[in-house]
Amino acid sequence: MSVPPVLQTCARVLLALLFLAALSANVLAPAPYARQFREAPNSPPTAKFLLGTDGLGRDRFSRLLYGSRVSLLLAPAAAVLSLAVSLLAGGSAALAGGWWDRAVTVASNLFLSLPWLFLFLTVRSLLALNSSPSTSILITFALLGLLSWGVGARIIRAAVLQLRQAPFTLYAQACGCSPVRLWFRHLLPHLRAVLLAQFWVSIPAFILGEASLGLLGLGVAEPLPSWGNLLKELQTAPPWHEYWIFVPAALLCLIMILFQLSRPVKKEILPA
Amino acid sequence: MIRLLLTLLFAAMPAMAAQELRFALHHEPKTLNPLAAADDASETLSYLTSGVLIRVNRLTQEPEPGIAQSWKISPDNRSITFQIREGLLFSDGTPCTSADISATLAQLANPALHSPLADSLTVAGALPTVTVEGSRLVTLAFAAPVFGIERLFDSLPIVSSKSPLKERAALGPFFLDTYKPGVELLLKRNVHYWKKDASGKQLPYLDTIRIAIQSNPEIEMNRFRAGEFEMMNSLNAETYDRLAKDMQNAVHDNGPSTNVEFLWFNLAPQSPVPQYKKDWFQSVVFRHAVSSAINREDISRVVYRGYARPALGPFSPANQFWFDAKLAPSRFDPAGSLKLLLSAGFQKQGEVLVDRAGHPVEFSVITRAGNKSRERMAVLIQQDLQQLGIKLNIVTLDFQSLAERLTKNFQYEACLYGLTNVDPDPNQLMNVLLSSGRQHGWNPSQKTPATPWEAEIDTLLRAQATEPIRAKRKQLFDKVQQIMRREEPYIFLVNPNALSAISLKVKGARPAAFYPETFWNIEHLSIQ
Repeated sequence: MSVPPVLQTCARVLLALLFLAALSANVLAPAPYARQFREAPNSPPTAKFLLGTDGLGRDRFSRLLYGSRVSLLLAPAAAVLSLAVSLLAGGSAALAGGWWDRAVTVASNLFLSLPWLFLFLTVRSLLALNSSPSTSILITFALLGLLSWGVGARIIRAAVLQLRQAPFTLYAQACGCSPVRLWFRHLLPHLRAVLLAQFWVSIPAFILGEASLGLLGLGVAEPLPSWGNLLKELQTAPPWHEYWIFVPAALLCLIMILFQLSRPVKKEILPA
Repeated sequence: MIRLLLTLLFAAMPAMAAQELRFALHHEPKTLNPLAAADDASETLSYLTSGVLIRVNRLTQEPEPGIAQSWKISPDNRSITFQIREGLLFSDGTPCTSADISATLAQLANPALHSPLADSLTVAGALPTVTVEGSRLVTLAFAAPVFGIERLFDSLPIVSSKSPLKERAALGPFFLDTYKPGVELLLKRNVHYWKKDASGKQLPYLDTIRIAIQSNPEIEMNRFRAGEFEMMNSLNAETYDRLAKDMQNAVHDNGPSTNVEFLWFNLAPQSPVPQYKKDWFQSVVFRHAVSSAINREDISRVVYRGYARPALGPFSPANQFWFDAKLAPSRFDPAGSLKLLLSAGFQKQGEVLVDRAGHPVEFSVITRAGNKSRERMAVLIQQDLQQLGIKLNIVTLDFQSLAERLTKNFQYEACLYGLTNVDPDPNQLMNVLLSSGRQHGWNPSQKTPATPWEAEIDTLLRAQATEPIRAKRKQLFDKVQQIMRREEPYIFLVNPNALSAISLKVKGARPAAFYPETFWNIEHLSIQ
């Protein structure tokens, strides 16, 4: 279903504003994310604490801004990493063919069926105890990026196989175009739409991935906030009238919707 | 006719309904062998299924006859003779005789079992010798006099020497029928249980106990609310407050418990901690500085919502006799802490504290994942230590990983944990405080005491255990508490209140401040 252009523009503007707010967390946040106002734990929203405070008296609004920054910056980074691996694996498999193609196909199937949660548990237990929260979050997103190349590699492999049969590719090959030139000059530009779409759909997936890990206590270490550990508060099933506790969840839903609405329109790889 | 029969059948069903009590454990029992039980889940299972010679009443704190109908302590407090009840049977019908007591002690002596109970019963370096006189009389002789000797047997489960089920044959009110790992344990009524109520009715009243393995306290609370569980033990303050709002009659604040939360540094010489960090941890000045930088009042107020008080030692003030009231209260004094550290050669470089060699002071603390109170305490401590320039990294681990690090590979720097005191008598702390104890947190199972003060604690603990005059025992144990306070191998944090919830359907419940708070009188509980 295509999204009306007006809606798409609105979604993109809103998304940009949210990114901007997250990037300006250190300017907009009224308090440092780790500061504990111990005289006011579990405070409802006030002029001082716009979204109240958590159980340790930390300002929820500030934590939400910083948490959003962590997720909104690192999810695209993880998507780039995932895309790079996908491109390398899928593209080379389609071009080289033979045993390499079969090996990449088997490897991508393996990664798709991997119980990644257990892998995360193992990696976490191998991490040095003194790993800083920043290291833990970088490792979390790096792992997310590195483990999720399977789907992208399949899509890219299929697209490159299609492009290889295109008349302009056959013509270039017939003219003696080298494989490197063929890749960069003729194939890669035609893959742009596929790559962009893949990048766009990966970001919300990684945001949700981190949130799930955070809920399980495998994500970002205290005191650094992320959507994962902010959503942890919902595990206590707060009453509905404490609506401010649900704000991180609502924002996460909103961002997921905005990503869906603002994703690029699917284009055919080869012109008709 | 069929309709009439069905009507009669359904009408009779409530009367025939099985008496089932349901509650949750937060993790799997580590062992099903009651003699090896060291974790809460295994101890709960042991409490419900095992027969003990003497049971300490959790309300009166007085010892009461268990499978021993009577006992006699020798005038020199060196031996105790038990008269076993007549006709005692294990759950599979195997008879229980004095030979089983002897066999139980023999099993405890097996070092491969790693039983924490062996430490409690070891006096002057030896377990008691057992003399069996007939099938119902047994005498246990200790190498030295032991005061309060009978209390030691509250935690000693008697296992069968003849049953093909071995330690699975139960002498307690229930036996383990089914264990589905990760799901539940089903205990069934032991029809051979020896106890009867005042009217002569066979106990226990309950037919079954269904114990779910539920690591998430939130789900546990929701299931309690939904009537799927009838009990919740050791509630955290938040859950207690939330339940109190709509189930006021079901929640119980039994006042200060004898449990204590504390932090310790890894002082085990074989640990893979860098030497410069070992030097910090070994320094009593460093431990004092960390201790006085922690705001215990804030922990009590913020984490426990006021349902806790700052702790001073292994016993809480609730243990009125054994607690040493002369212990100096912990003062929150970050300025004093910094002064102490500077005097010990540490320096402040900007916002970071460094040691003499220039290493930034940073260490990690491990604690159990999912224990919200401890996770929050760790974050408060993190901020308190940050004021001194100390960086604290919090690592939450699942129970198995935590136990592995604490007892096997010693790959940790500091640990935040708690101690559940079952009995007010200090003898029950032998396995925790003796340097040779297997649960001696900071440096377990030492062959010889690593420090003079640990040697002194060992001497005092052994002396109090063999001292016949209670007041003198108290003086000796006071000294132990004072050394613990002076050296701070355990940095005691808070004594939480004993909070629990019991459904109004449960009859006969009399929650106590001591473990197991809600079901210590399990045989007298019934479901309405």
